Amino acid sequence: MDGKNREKSSLLITRIPMTKNTNFISIQNISKHFGDVIAVDQVNIDIREGEFFSLLGPSGCGKTTLLRMIAGFESPTNGEIFIDGNPMSEVPPNLRPTNMVFQNYAIFPHLDVRANIAYGLRKDHLSREESNLRVEEALEMVKLPGFGTRRANELSGGQRQRIALARALIKRPKVLLLDEPLGALDKKLREEMQLELRSLQESVGITFIFVTHDQEEALTLSDRVAVMSRGEVLQNASPKELYSKPVNVEVADFIGKMNFLNAQVDKIDGDRISLNAQGFGSIQATATGDFLEQGKDVIVAIRPEKLVLSTTPVTSGKASVAGKLNTSAYLGDRSHYYVSVNGCDHPFAVATHEIESASDELLERGREVWLSWAEESLILLPVA
Amino acid sequence: MKSEIPYIERPNRPLHIYAICFLGFLYIPVLFLPLFSFSDSIYIKFPIEGWTLEWYKQMFANPLLSHSLMNSLKVGSVTAVFSTILGVLGAKAVTRYRMPGKTPVVFIIMLPLVIPGMIIGVAILILLNRVGVPLSLLTVTTGHSLICVPFAIATLIPRFEGFDKSMEEASADLGENAWWTFWRVTMPMVFPGVLASLLLCFTVSFDEFILAFFLAGTEATLPIYMYGQLRFPDRLPSVLALGACILVISFVVIFFSQWMARTEKNLRS
Repeated sequence: MDGKNREKSSLLITRIPMTKNTNFISIQNISKHFGDVIAVDQVNIDIREGEFFSLLGPSGCGKTTLLRMIAGFESPTNGEIFIDGNPMSEVPPNLRPTNMVFQNYAIFPHLDVRANIAYGLRKDHLSREESNLRVEEALEMVKLPGFGTRRANELSGGQRQRIALARALIKRPKVLLLDEPLGALDKKLREEMQLELRSLQESVGITFIFVTHDQEEALTLSDRVAVMSRGEVLQNASPKELYSKPVNVEVADFIGKMNFLNAQVDKIDGDRISLNAQGFGSIQATATGDFLEQGKDVIVAIRPEKLVLSTTPVTSGKASVAGKLNTSAYLGDRSHYYVSVNGCDHPFAVATHEIESASDELLERGREVWLSWAEESLILLPVA
Repeated sequence: MKSEIPYIERPNRPLHIYAICFLGFLYIPVLFLPLFSFSDSIYIKFPIEGWTLEWYKQMFANPLLSHSLMNSLKVGSVTAVFSTILGVLGAKAVTRYRMPGKTPVVFIIMLPLVIPGMIIGVAILILLNRVGVPLSLLTVTTGHSLICVPFAIATLIPRFEGFDKSMEEASADLGENAWWTFWRVTMPMVFPGVLASLLLCFTVSFDEFILAFFLAGTEATLPIYMYGQLRFPDRLPSVLALGACILVISFVVIFFSQWMARTEKNLRS
């Protein structure tokens, strides 16, 4: 690798040091059954040392159960979890190199903040001064210096969250587990805490496993995200890859907003696919995959921001379709217009930025509009 | 007329009258006890002719009385501690663990509440006779513990249910084993319940007559002593004095436990 290339790649991978262990945490074939209910179904995940890893999915998808198995609160029905090379199934939670930030923070109400944070230090047999020093350090780390003598009931939600974080991090765990820690906070505070959490993780260098149902939060924070549904991992990839290359309809639907279209494969020529799409007629796309077979049904997916809305027929030679303007949703930095196309079940969402949609009056409901797109922005997915 | 008071807080006259009648019905008979304990006649009759503290002096001077009082205190304390320990273990098991047949187990634990004391007393007596265990304060304590455990469990279960099990998980997560978790997290959090259970079990045991009557043998507890004294008309006033004392102490204990519960609540909110 020459110097120029190295420089470029080091910029790209500053957050994930390549030298570190790539399967620092190895979840191997883990299943958890509660009676007849399969909460987690044969999950395999490898997590790198120092990585910010998220488990993302709707409620009931098994993400919290998986996290609790890593912490040791639930025992897997099958499979094994390795942390730093050691199998964990026989290790009770109190002896695991993990610490957890609970969803409700689980701050001990009968102790003050200092005693809460110092709770895990009993076995270290520190002197009072040293213990206080470490607590004060931890408080500074979470930006609550001088809060040591407060009681749990005198803290706001955001403060409790920080105390829970300090209490877990003072143990210097190999892995920090976070169970929807930002779920109870209001939107503004949540966004603030996201940034802080990310910079905190970068400064301490501890591996974070973060559970959330908020896809935006997962994309913002994580190096990698595993999208879960019904106990299975659907896709395990970087946020960018999840967004641009979802592997199936469920992931595509869960991550961001997506338009879907039923289609049939007409002709395959290498990675050039000709399709016959519902309402759109004959269209072209670029894709590869086992599920692509001549005559078979596929789903075409396209992001709202990849569609271009015009009030006049498209003449540039780009693929396009005519439709009728339906409702619109104003989102501040952008607007979503919904366009009905004859022969399609659902209207298509089109994202436009404020500046482009200056001619608001022209975009009356019911008027005829045209949608156009670039061929490469179409994503082909197998029928669920 | 427009009222400024919120609908739910508006006064309700019939309810006030009912409340006053209810309290009167409950407490007026009881209040005769302290009243007549100060009367200088040995007969209970109106009008009271003179006032005296004589009966209280007699009561304190009576060695049999103080002996039975000591017996009752011993039995009550041991019963309270023992039942509360069993109650804590039982309440923890019922609220924390998934176990088969939980509902029937709780039902069986609660059963002594509704079985007549007479039947429990006779049953234990027959058993002890068969096995050949002599009657003593220990047998009374055993019997009292049997009927107090349901009270302890009923007091403690809400306490255990009231705090999130993630507190105990957090303790384990921070490196403590089950033993230390119990003493550092569980116990402090259920402590008001433990205190309430101790007071309640003590009171139940202290008052209990039927089981003590069957199981005490020659060692009388306070209720047995008082019952025995009622046969002698001239001892009645000192029994009244004793009753008055018990009434005052009960009131103080209940007041104290309620006050504890209240400060605890304020601390939490």
